[in-house]
Amino acid sequence: MNERVKTPEGRPYYKEIGTRPIRPDGVEKVTGSARFGDDFTLPGTLVGKILRSPHPHARLISVDTSNAKKIAGVKAIVTGSDFPDQPFAYTGPAVLERNMWHVTRNVIAREKVLYEGHAVAAVAAVDEKTASAALQAIAVEYEILPHVTTLDEALAPDAVLLFEDMITRGVEPAPEKPTNIARRANYEKGQIDTAWSSADLIVERSYETKPVHQGYIEPHACLAHYHPDGQADLYTSSQGHFQMRALTATLTGMRLTDIRAIPAEIGGGFGGKTVVYLEPLAMMLSKMSGFPVRMKMTRSEVFKASGPAAGTKARIKLGAKKNGTLVAAEVEMYYEAGAFPGSPFVNGVLCCVAPYTIPNVRLTGWDVVANRPKVAAYRAPGSPQSNFAFESTVDIVCKKLGLDPIAFRKMNAVQVGAELLGGRQLNHEGYLQLLEATERHPQYATELGPNQGRGFAAGYWPNAGGESGATVYVNADGTVNIATGSPDIGGSRASMAQMTAETLGISYDRVRSAVNDTTSVPFTHVTGGSRVTFATGKAVVAACETVIADLRARAAKIWDVDVDAVDWREGAAHPSSSNVGDFDPLTLGDLAARATETGGPIGSSGALNATGHAPGFSAALCDVEVDPETGHVKIIRFTVAQDAGVAIHPSYVEGQMQGAVVQGIGWALSEEYIYGPDGRLQNHGFLDYRMPVASDLPMIDPIVVEVPNPDHPFGVKGVAEAGMVTAMASVANAVADAVDRRMTSLPISPPKLAKEIAAGKAAM
Amino acid sequence: MQYSAPETIESALKLLESDDDARVMAGGTDLIVQMTSGMRSPSHVVDIKRIPELCGVVQTADGGWKIGAAVPGAELNEHVELKRDWPGFVEATDLIGSMQVQGRATPVGNLCNASPAGDAVPGMVAAGATVTVAGSNGFRDVAAHDVPAAPGRTNLEKNEFVIAVNLPPKPPNSGDAYLRFIPRTEMDIAVVGTGVFLAFGESGHVREARIALGAIAPTVVFCTEAADALIGSRLEEEAIEAAVLAARNACNPIDDKRGTAEFRVHTVGVLIKRSIAIATQRAKRQVGMD
Ligand SMILES: Cc1cc2nc3c(=O)[nH]c(=O)nc-3n(C[C@H](O)[C@H](O)[C@H](O)COP(=O)(O)OP(=O)(O)OC[C@H]3O[C@@H](n4cnc5c(N)ncnc54)[C@H](O)[C@@H]3O)c2cc1C
Repeated sequence: MNERVKTPEGRPYYKEIGTRPIRPDGVEKVTGSARFGDDFTLPGTLVGKILRSPHPHARLISVDTSNAKKIAGVKAIVTGSDFPDQPFAYTGPAVLERNMWHVTRNVIAREKVLYEGHAVAAVAAVDEKTASAALQAIAVEYEILPHVTTLDEALAPDAVLLFEDMITRGVEPAPEKPTNIARRANYEKGQIDTAWSSADLIVERSYETKPVHQGYIEPHACLAHYHPDGQADLYTSSQGHFQMRALTATLTGMRLTDIRAIPAEIGGGFGGKTVVYLEPLAMMLSKMSGFPVRMKMTRSEVFKASGPAAGTKARIKLGAKKNGTLVAAEVEMYYEAGAFPGSPFVNGVLCCVAPYTIPNVRLTGWDVVANRPKVAAYRAPGSPQSNFAFESTVDIVCKKLGLDPIAFRKMNAVQVGAELLGGRQLNHEGYLQLLEATERHPQYATELGPNQGRGFAAGYWPNAGGESGATVYVNADGTVNIATGSPDIGGSRASMAQMTAETLGISYDRVRSAVNDTTSVPFTHVTGGSRVTFATGKAVVAACETVIADLRARAAKIWDVDVDAVDWREGAAHPSSSNVGDFDPLTLGDLAARATETGGPIGSSGALNATGHAPGFSAALCDVEVDPETGHVKIIRFTVAQDAGVAIHPSYVEGQMQGAVVQGIGWALSEEYIYGPDGRLQNHGFLDYRMPVASDLPMIDPIVVEVPNPDHPFGVKGVAEAGMVTAMASVANAVADAVDRRMTSLPISPPKLAKEIAAGKAAM
Repeated sequence: MQYSAPETIESALKLLESDDDARVMAGGTDLIVQMTSGMRSPSHVVDIKRIPELCGVVQTADGGWKIGAAVPGAELNEHVELKRDWPGFVEATDLIGSMQVQGRATPVGNLCNASPAGDAVPGMVAAGATVTVAGSNGFRDVAAHDVPAAPGRTNLEKNEFVIAVNLPPKPPNSGDAYLRFIPRTEMDIAVVGTGVFLAFGESGHVREARIALGAIAPTVVFCTEAADALIGSRLEEEAIEAAVLAARNACNPIDDKRGTAEFRVHTVGVLIKRSIAIATQRAKRQVGMD
């Protein structure tokens, strides 16, 4: 089912928007000719490999590469000291801080190794075998230190410190003693301490979630080629080749202009490919050896050394009136950042309260380091964890007060115009509409059988706008090329072509849509934050509009009339009225054919910093059946609702929503990093890192609500992340409904649930 | 590394004798994975899929079955008569991997890989299978449950290899079943597996029973104590509880990333009961059909 809720008035008729054409990259992908990160090669390409720490925490006493260098076929070896050091400074907005001193140390260790799998050295050699032999020949002297791999261990009073001088930021006055807590964030509204007395019901619970991996199918891979003149090519599979260029340049001491970053196809990223691991190493190895260097991670390296999402601990306290009005909320959360500060804890605590109007609120978030890989963004970074804790508590409140969970959300819903904590404002409609659409969905009225339960959750993610660029060219035969700097992860080439076709008034099959390198499109920020169809879409439309202005001017020239007397509609220039003269329309094809005589090539770039993006709300309805003897949870029905504004290509909107839910279900039921007491990861492969497989899942039914965004030419709102925010809580709430026991710790694995059910029986 | 695909049992034996580091390959779905991950690096891989005697399923004169060591799961699954006689064993084999893996994976490879969690193994042990082993001194038959020695190791002599699995003739009024527990629905490794075979006498009592447990000890457990608790009973609740208790007592599991020891012991009981129910239903349905 695909219910499309439209605002009745004011929706223009579209020819291309809202259709489901075949994606431009489809044939390449299904025939296997698409080129991913590891598919590029150049004459003389060397194999790059990384020596990684077997220890979760140790001081690097020495790294001796002299024997390895003597092996025939070894062309270059780099260690931390081959890279310029970076200033210690936090930059960027509070929700997305970065410190290059940390980034360079995560790419390759310097003073210490901070997790099993931390890169210590990298080699480039003529083949795989020689590179492996070189790694074996590198002698590393470690001074092994005690390690902390869980939040509890990292927070213990006598815990070993990852950074001996780390004083918690955001606490006044600053603590005197260093700890593993990097930063605190605190937000308050109303009078939280006195508000509790006005509540009829107070519920307080603690929760925990485990680190999980994004699980993209393509491991990180790149090819770097440093030329003798100091210019370089970087083939990279990432969520943003401009970002890879910037980070590689900074970390290797190069200038932006000297790196041409060429985007490969990308086999999934989900946030995890917005950061660099291999690119600076490959670049430095290429510079030192003079040859192109290709690097790729194994699956095991992906698990051990690339960014998972943070594990968390949460305490949620809610106060409500008998009629269900929320009066107070207190949220305290610890996010495990991994080896370096910078978990998404700020957005985490801010997001969970955003769907509600609550007069009194206190949010406290803590960013904690531990001896694990540094976390990276993962689909609505930080929000699914806090949503699980908060929405579980809301569910308890609803059950205790005997209130319908959707009616409860509607009653307490955030209002358009509200100031949200953290300095955001809600400027867009859509949340209430998606709650109502979920309420109307037949699943909500379907009767449940024995051992079955139903869970609901609502959630929020701010989404992003930001910088994007696009270039549009009209060819002599009347076809059009459109290029953007946004790697296409979810079908964005198709939606860019649709927006181009719609704006210019031509058919989709006349538009070729490409993702181009950093020398041929304006700067474009990463494919992340659900921003591409919104922000890059705006750049595309802006470029098309400049082209239309030019086409009108050319028609005016041909007709020898004023440009204001020329209209553009249905792909052609028309006289704006019969007063202008009796001219036949000049189509885009006609004008393209006469480009030479009317002023030369027709084309334009759009580059902008897109504002006016709408947040992503979602609602999830999950039905489960629990095997009460084994604790196995089967998802029997799942509906997810999101407001797409306007779905440019509805299949890809649905795909985003379904994919997000699948990842959330994995997080809820079966995925987790399992570390041994030795601080080493035990399940660094897909066999034992249990992502859901197709047969674990029902058809996930997406409700695409469409309340157009007035701040986008076609009404687009971002849809790629919000769907995951609510998945975990909806599963947990459904399990609680089925077995009458509340699972406060993810994943809800069979051993845990079976034990909990048995404990429940024993207590009866 | 050398690869050979001999066409007779004798030449396969010669190749194995000529190289101490040689390894037999049936479907290769364990062996090749182990080689690419660096776990094993044999100097010689002897592929047995070209040996015609190893590639068929034949019914023996007594009504039993001889399944060649190179026959993959996909073929067993399409063998109507074998499936009618030993559905539990065929289903156990069918649980291995996905459709692609089924096209190659053999029950013999599953047994000789000697993983504690191999799915086909409790199925064949409960069915009462033996395997025929070829060696320089000729052929010998060994009970299936005596093949694995420890995780990753078998009791076969160097230069010996299995050429067939033998299933006994199916007695009247009998049925077999295999169930495994995995957290997902596919592409996972058994946390617990239980194989059950039951044959009923004229009066409805259990005449014959075999129970095999997987993934709860270093090798498959052929649990005669649990079977004995059922033999002579009419599957009264006490008899089943006694079998469950015996099975749980026979467990010697570990805590690992795939499940806790406590959960394994608990789940063995759950699955035994369910397997008994399926095997019973199969036996009874047959009575109805007769
Ligand atoms: C994706 C995937 C999923 C899987 N899922 C499952 C699963 O769900 N359950 C499960 O139990 N297993 C599973 N497996 C493991 C594997 O497929 C099975 O164990 C399979 O039965 C092995 O059979 P094979 O014929 O491929 O063995 P091979 O790989 O050919 O051999 C396995 C071992 O047995 C030895 N061997 C093979 N034949 C003989 C012989 N005739 N005589 C003596 N030694 C021999 C080999 O030397 C080797 O050591 C999976 C494997 C993969 C790749």
